[in-house]
Amino acid sequence: MSADQFTAAPSRRDFIKTTTAATLGLSFAPMMPGAYASGTDAIRIGLIGCGGRGTGAVLNAFEGAEGVKLVAMGDAFADRVASSLAEIGKEHAAQIEVPKDRQFVGFDAYKHVLASDANYIILATPPGFRPIHLAAAIAAGKHVFTEKPIAVDGPGIRQVFALVEQAKAKGLGVAAGTQRRHQTGYLETLKRVQDGAIGKIVAARCAWNQGFLWKKDRQPEWSDVEWQLRNWLYFTWLSGDHIVEQHVHNIDVVNWAMGTHPVAAHGMGGRQVRTGPEWGHIFDHFSIDYEYPGNVHLHSQARQIQGCEGSVSEALVGDRGQCQVDKYAITGAKAWKFDGKDNAPYVQEHTDFIASLRAGKPLNELKNVTESTLTAIMGRMSAYTGQPVTWDQALNSTEALMPPSLTFGPMEVPPVPMPGRTKLT
Amino acid sequence: MVKRGTVLAACGIAALAAGQPPSTYTETIPGTRVSFEMVAIPSGHFTMGSPATEKGRTASEGPTHDVELRAFWIGRTEVTWDEYDLFAFSMDLERPSSAQPRPAPPSGADAVTRPTPPYGDESFGYGKGKQPAINMTWHAAMEYCRWLSAKTGKTYRLPTEAEWEYAARAGTTTAYSFGNDARALGEYAWTRENSGERPHPVATKKPNAWGLFDMHGNVSEWILDQYDAGYYRTVQPGTVGPVLLPGNHRFPHVSRGGSWDDEASLARSAARRGSAPDWSRRDPQSPKSIWWHTNALFAGFRVVRAVEEQDNLKGFRSAITRDSSQ
Repeated sequence: MSADQFTAAPSRRDFIKTTTAATLGLSFAPMMPGAYASGTDAIRIGLIGCGGRGTGAVLNAFEGAEGVKLVAMGDAFADRVASSLAEIGKEHAAQIEVPKDRQFVGFDAYKHVLASDANYIILATPPGFRPIHLAAAIAAGKHVFTEKPIAVDGPGIRQVFALVEQAKAKGLGVAAGTQRRHQTGYLETLKRVQDGAIGKIVAARCAWNQGFLWKKDRQPEWSDVEWQLRNWLYFTWLSGDHIVEQHVHNIDVVNWAMGTHPVAAHGMGGRQVRTGPEWGHIFDHFSIDYEYPGNVHLHSQARQIQGCEGSVSEALVGDRGQCQVDKYAITGAKAWKFDGKDNAPYVQEHTDFIASLRAGKPLNELKNVTESTLTAIMGRMSAYTGQPVTWDQALNSTEALMPPSLTFGPMEVPPVPMPGRTKLT
Repeated sequence: MVKRGTVLAACGIAALAAGQPPSTYTETIPGTRVSFEMVAIPSGHFTMGSPATEKGRTASEGPTHDVELRAFWIGRTEVTWDEYDLFAFSMDLERPSSAQPRPAPPSGADAVTRPTPPYGDESFGYGKGKQPAINMTWHAAMEYCRWLSAKTGKTYRLPTEAEWEYAARAGTTTAYSFGNDARALGEYAWTRENSGERPHPVATKKPNAWGLFDMHGNVSEWILDQYDAGYYRTVQPGTVGPVLLPGNHRFPHVSRGGSWDDEASLARSAARRGSAPDWSRRDPQSPKSIWWHTNALFAGFRVVRAVEEQDNLKGFRSAITRDSSQ
């Protein structure tokens, strides 16, 4: 191993960026129409939601393919548009074509971004807005890269399910930010599971257990709505609670392995440690028993409490072996361990999506992410109410969390759900 | 095993620090029950780097050069999660029975900025307690030292690359502090060969001759210096306390010692590595965290304390901010 390799590749699992570096080098170059091979049309990003993830997604897309530029931006807050532009401009100023009149602020900013000539929309606002934005983007005839989760309630889920076929009918691609589905180690591992390496799956476990996440101290000039938006993790109408916002990743892996979604959830949870008003009204822990067809059960845990055992993981129990998916390891008769080079999944998901668009075969990942989001919502509903909740009950729920009209002003914090008293609606 | 006194005499060491030679001590972090041990390392000199004949070495480890060092103390073990959690999650400010951390008054140790929380499990399922803390950035390790200094009233910092190698060698000139034969490595270190692909509680293998644990493995350790593969070519012979002071770029900094995820050649006393942007490649946010990597599960650190600080390190601190470029 040379000294340079030592520096660049501290671990065998580390990704040596040969091809990516080459791509990067090209993407720094000025955008010259006709400089690309045929079929590599210019990707013009319209970013809706200019926080850290949206900003990161733009940079991932720049790294993931040639011929990508940013042409329009929208956010509820002017300061987020400005900070995002500054961050992207640090190393990619040549790929930014967002004059003042294509920077949009406010709750209707998304409409203006969609009215621009952007052809690749990135949705990275808090997930409560996702169904509205996604529906508008498909209606506007745009390809969409959408962050997860895809909705926070039953009405939102139904709206998005209806878009799956609409997007296909219009020839539009929809990629979802469930990046594990583009991560080499996960792909290699689950390919083996689906080829029968552990036999028939009889049980599963998954978890996203970690400590507290960030919050922003309330400023005197902030209205209730602005305070909730800037602390969106802690309000169910915006985030869906952390089982939906965060744990959906692990649930999605199990649904992927099972090839289907659960039919019911039997859950519990509560708000034990993170109880102050600055943490909104969400729970700090969930434990859900998910029931899949054939009486196969998934035990799912989601916890955000400081000082506890951590685990972000997925495990499958088969009748002929076991798979620790997040460790890319299979034990049993067909024991196996991924020993190849892992990739950069947040970049790869854009590489794959853009390649599909340029090949005229747009990816549509909407159904999977919508099913996984509803799985998480079903678990939340069960934990909030203390009742079993079926797939159909969750899907057909009439509980719409998004306020019918939204303006900056007063807004009460919803009550903390109380199992046994909170009703399923 | 080589006795320290023998080594010092053989090297003809003259004490640079005035007064009594330092002695090993235990530090208990005030307001907590968490403690760690600091091993006294006398002043001296040694040959830094590896000879061209050493198996597994890279060009960055040469030329070998004579280095002189003042006396210092160094952590007997890598910093554990028991210690790091106090800083990273403000657990030093929590009352045991309280549900909420109380707000930090803006003075002393509490004025040091704490890390923003990671989006994920910082222990990666390996557990906490006496496990070595992992995956923190160089900036975070530097800030930990600043917090620890304010907390204890003693000035702690990261080791310089020269101090680290001097302590790792413990008077030896061989590839490892126990000799040249990597087959004995498993007695002293957790590396890819024996780790089961995970870090282990600190001090569960044999120490080196100076009583330091895990210098060859478990986690690779942050060094104060910037990484430059050609640095040794520029060091003047006989330099006292050589150090390559970093600026405000996020990378590369030196990390030393093998880890649970490394092969034997990277565990050698002279083996060097520089940090790289890839260590954060799974951070979905931009700007990426200045506190946590996402792919440096092999990276940790230990602290040192100078007996008499060299001038260019007095008050030295990380200049990295969220706006720092790679």
